[in-house]
Amino acid sequence: MKSLYKSAAILAVLVVVALGLLFTDTRVNAAGEGKVTGSIKLEGTAPHMRPIDMSKDPTCSKQHPTPARLENVVVGPNGGLANVVVYISQGLSASAAAAVPSKPIVWDQKGCMYQPHVAGMDVGQQLQVVNSDPTTHNIHPMPQPGGGNIGWNKSQPQGSPPFTTSWKAEEVAIPVKCNIHPWMHGYMVVVKGPYGVSDPSGSFTLDNVPPGTYTLTAWHETYGTQTQKVTVAAGKPATVNFTFKAK
Amino acid sequence: MRTISTTWSLLLSAAVVFAFSAVSWSQVTQYDEEQRMNMESHVGKLTGHAKDGQGLYRRFCIGCHGPIGDGEGENAQWIDPKPRNFTLGIFKCRSTPTGTLPTDEDLFNTIGRGLVNSNMPRWFPLSDQDRADLIAYVKHFSPRFAKEKPGPVLQIPAEPAVTAERIKAGQEVFRHAECWKCHGVTGRANGPSADTLTDDFNRPIKPFNFHDGTRFKCGETDRDLYRIFMTGLDSTPMPSFADNLKPDEAWDLVMYLRTLQPMNTPEKQIAKKLGLKPINPNAPAAQSQTK
Repeated sequence: MKSLYKSAAILAVLVVVALGLLFTDTRVNAAGEGKVTGSIKLEGTAPHMRPIDMSKDPTCSKQHPTPARLENVVVGPNGGLANVVVYISQGLSASAAAAVPSKPIVWDQKGCMYQPHVAGMDVGQQLQVVNSDPTTHNIHPMPQPGGGNIGWNKSQPQGSPPFTTSWKAEEVAIPVKCNIHPWMHGYMVVVKGPYGVSDPSGSFTLDNVPPGTYTLTAWHETYGTQTQKVTVAAGKPATVNFTFKAK
Repeated sequence: MRTISTTWSLLLSAAVVFAFSAVSWSQVTQYDEEQRMNMESHVGKLTGHAKDGQGLYRRFCIGCHGPIGDGEGENAQWIDPKPRNFTLGIFKCRSTPTGTLPTDEDLFNTIGRGLVNSNMPRWFPLSDQDRADLIAYVKHFSPRFAKEKPGPVLQIPAEPAVTAERIKAGQEVFRHAECWKCHGVTGRANGPSADTLTDDFNRPIKPFNFHDGTRFKCGETDRDLYRIFMTGLDSTPMPSFADNLKPDEAWDLVMYLRTLQPMNTPEKQIAKKLGLKPINPNAPAAQSQTK
């Protein structure tokens, strides 16, 4: 009888400790005060981005007094490389990976170009597709067949309301095209957990990174991927810089 | 003594690892061999079985669609448009929304109907039961059919009476939704984007020419036409218009598209009486004034 009490007491203590661990774990994650910042540079001469001939659709060409250019490599004045998506590829706890930002990603079709040209998003994050142009677009994402995502193809005539959708699985990266305007091309980068997309100065930020050691991956549509290790401490932004070499 | 125990523990762990991998491998292959071959199809009162469809597939379909259903049969290299890759579970002719699986009935109809302007013939010699069995076998190639359900079937309201107003409204839909960007202002598949089109596998593809015969890719009736542009043809540039066309507008468009075809349809007679001219995409302002 005495041994039964003893084992019950031990069990109770174990349960309390386990619950305590569970709660402290979520508290650390919920605080999410870590942060990763950095910048991305392109070494060497950026390739020439040729102007786009939009004359087949005057509603498009009219919106560009000087012709728009391709966006496969966008470099800022100080050598910063834009449209690089930086995300955590290893080391993220399951609960941090499952967190999905509540703010939707806006994918705008404006001036017969995709704005943004490259968008990062979380699995399950709301994706709002907008047509700001006085013309019809068909939005046609093409995920890798056989993966977790299924492609679709929807038209958005001028003045149509935006529609909202999301992706089911991680995928780096889903190419998007408009069949009506063959120059329109972009990428949706679907990841789990925090991500950042570099601007033309090359700088990016990953918010809400729980403290820990991670592998960061930087993806660019022309120059591929690079990885680096980073250790994030609470309340102190970690800095990581990537350099891509122009081919 | 110590080395012996180390050896034993190493051997034991190796055995455990081997056993685990063997079990999981057999589970995977079992899934492939048995679960997939248990695939069924339901069309009306008929139930098709993949096991019964296998022989038919090997006799009639394998030449183009290939032994593993990937569309790489030995005839595939001579064919354009290419045979369908069944392993992806993506189909053109559906009554379900873009990005979802077709119903069994959609696949059944495709086998019976054939696909116009392609090498897929109408399979008249096959009985309904044969077609149902074949569908079950076609479905067994893609893991999607084991995991997902077909999307909700597009509801098509009864066709309204053909009127001059509806045909004119349909022409406005044709202009506003910019069908002419690919299909051309007179439906001759010569729109400004027509020669740049590629399918999802980066192969060149032509838009449908409305002057070219009476059959469409997915049927020949008014309801088929309605369904084609509302659900879109997945893996081709043809998008779904279901989000942005109301049923009335869709029927208007069907009636206008009938005026473009070579047969003498009632719609064509009305258009002739009206003196309906093709749209002028370069004068959108003038168009909206007459509206």
